[in-house]
Amino acid sequence: MVALNSEVNLSEAASLRVRNVRKEFTSLDGGITPGALALDDVSLSVAAGELVSIVGPSGCGKSTLLRMIAGLTSPTAGEVAIGAEPITAPSADRGLVFQDPNLFPWLTVRRNIEAGLVARGVLREKRGEVDEFMRLVGLESFANSFPHHLSGGMAQRVSLARALINHPRVLLLDEPLGALDAFTRMRMQDEVLRLWRAHGTTMLFVTHDIDEAIYMSDRIVIMTPRPGRIERIIPVSNPRPRDRSSPEFLQLRGEILEIMHFAGRSLSEN
Amino acid sequence: MNTAVGEITLQSAPVASAQPTYTQPLRAIATPLESRPQTWLAVPVAAGLALAIHYFVPKREPLPETNYYPVFLSVMLALGMLGAALYPFLVRLHRWMQKMCPILGVAVGAVAGWELMTSCFAVLPLPYFPGPEGVMAAIVSDRALLFDSTWHSLILLLSGYSIGVVVALVTGVTIGWFPHARYWGMPLLKVVGPIPATAWIPLALVVSPSALFSAVGLVALAVWFPVTMLTASGISNTRASYLDVARTLGANRTYLIFRVAIPAALPNIFIGLFMGLGTSFLTLVVAETVGVKSGLGWYVSWAQGWAEYGKVYGALVIMAAFFSTIMTVLFRVRDRVLVWQKGVIKW
Repeated sequence: MVALNSEVNLSEAASLRVRNVRKEFTSLDGGITPGALALDDVSLSVAAGELVSIVGPSGCGKSTLLRMIAGLTSPTAGEVAIGAEPITAPSADRGLVFQDPNLFPWLTVRRNIEAGLVARGVLREKRGEVDEFMRLVGLESFANSFPHHLSGGMAQRVSLARALINHPRVLLLDEPLGALDAFTRMRMQDEVLRLWRAHGTTMLFVTHDIDEAIYMSDRIVIMTPRPGRIERIIPVSNPRPRDRSSPEFLQLRGEILEIMHFAGRSLSEN
Repeated sequence: MNTAVGEITLQSAPVASAQPTYTQPLRAIATPLESRPQTWLAVPVAAGLALAIHYFVPKREPLPETNYYPVFLSVMLALGMLGAALYPFLVRLHRWMQKMCPILGVAVGAVAGWELMTSCFAVLPLPYFPGPEGVMAAIVSDRALLFDSTWHSLILLLSGYSIGVVVALVTGVTIGWFPHARYWGMPLLKVVGPIPATAWIPLALVVSPSALFSAVGLVALAVWFPVTMLTASGISNTRASYLDVARTLGANRTYLIFRVAIPAALPNIFIGLFMGLGTSFLTLVVAETVGVKSGLGWYVSWAQGWAEYGKVYGALVIMAAFFSTIMTVLFRVRDRVLVWQKGVIKW
């Protein structure tokens, strides 16, 4: 709790601000069941251009938090804002990449990547970028394939390109690389980092992979479930590119594992 | 070679179910071109048999003077023999024959069986059951009127069907997307929709200025209900995550409806289009029988009024060809439009 407050004070010029957010899901009979508290008093600030990852066991409200920032759901209490403007609805300003690629099956790979440009009515001016993003994810030769021709990993790369082509101010990633094989995954981590540096996109990154979180992020947010709360926020100050086998890396890894183990024990005591 | 291919298909089955695309090349290999006797024997044997029945089995019933049926059988025999001679050299012909020849052979055999039942043994008596020659003679002698009737039916069907589909797409999308439209529209749809379009005929005849006009309206109504129902359910069942993705990509409502919900609903919409086509055939024939004085439905009841059953069956044969052609066209359109989900659903 102390750590949280200092976090809020630290980043007054923050790009993304989540303040005392609480989210309850109402049960079907209209009453509020105790188990339906998804987030409780969550506060988090992400500075413009920062890359923050969120780790935590399933059910800790990570996805709910991302959906809230995307504007797809609204908090029961508290405030979510970008800069000075509170978030009320989804916008192309905040891209979201889901666990499931959710490609539109009726569109080819190229048209899926173009979707954001079409939706914003800027396809004509920005058509050149489509090729650039297809090259980025290495799918030029699949431009005219339909999504059911793609493997899970390829589909997720298309989905990433589709979100990035809008150059969102904040990119929300809900375990985007979870479906990729280990090598593609590491390559994609570097690609995401390259993009992050090139465009200065603020990124909020949910992952189950602690190595991925340490490798990529400026800060790691550790959450606990039922109700979803922020347990600890750990800054990662090692210079990039980070060596996955360096002593600092491994030490941080051990530290996070310990915290999460502790988090698990406190859960069972509830 | 055959067994090896079979094993490959079998082993890759789990992979194939996850990624349907990759099954297709395998399946193509799995049905190699083999020379089976029924491929080249079926049609010539059936046609030869039918010809033998026609010429050598004594007839109990008088036949028309014409010779269309044996000419037809001879053409089938000749084509069957030509195909049998050529198919080893033409791959596409071979594939087509492998698929179609058993069916064609059985069809010719069935016609021969029909001649046995009617003209030869008179199990099915005249005038209600003319033999193949009687039906063919009726088709040929009345071809001008049959052509005219088919043409009128086509015009009526296409205008009614397209009006019905256009209106149904508008109402279906509206009911499927807007909760208010759904609240008020759905009960109406559920109560009024299931009334068969033909039940409105008395009202239609009174209200509309002409019989043709009312027939178009009835066909449109017959199509409207299933297409509206399935469009509405397809739209309202659009996967929420597609809509979420589109929203975070900056989509407005127009994009969500026209570029997400409608494409997502297309497989459903096509089911509605097929159901609507079936009901529109029915309504068309009934409407022509009672109101409009043209078209195949009218022709059938007119020929029946004169007890010319050869013409009745002739018209039925034309109808079968006519309706199944339209059905095939719709299937082709569906395959073209839903190419993105090929291999996912087959019907």
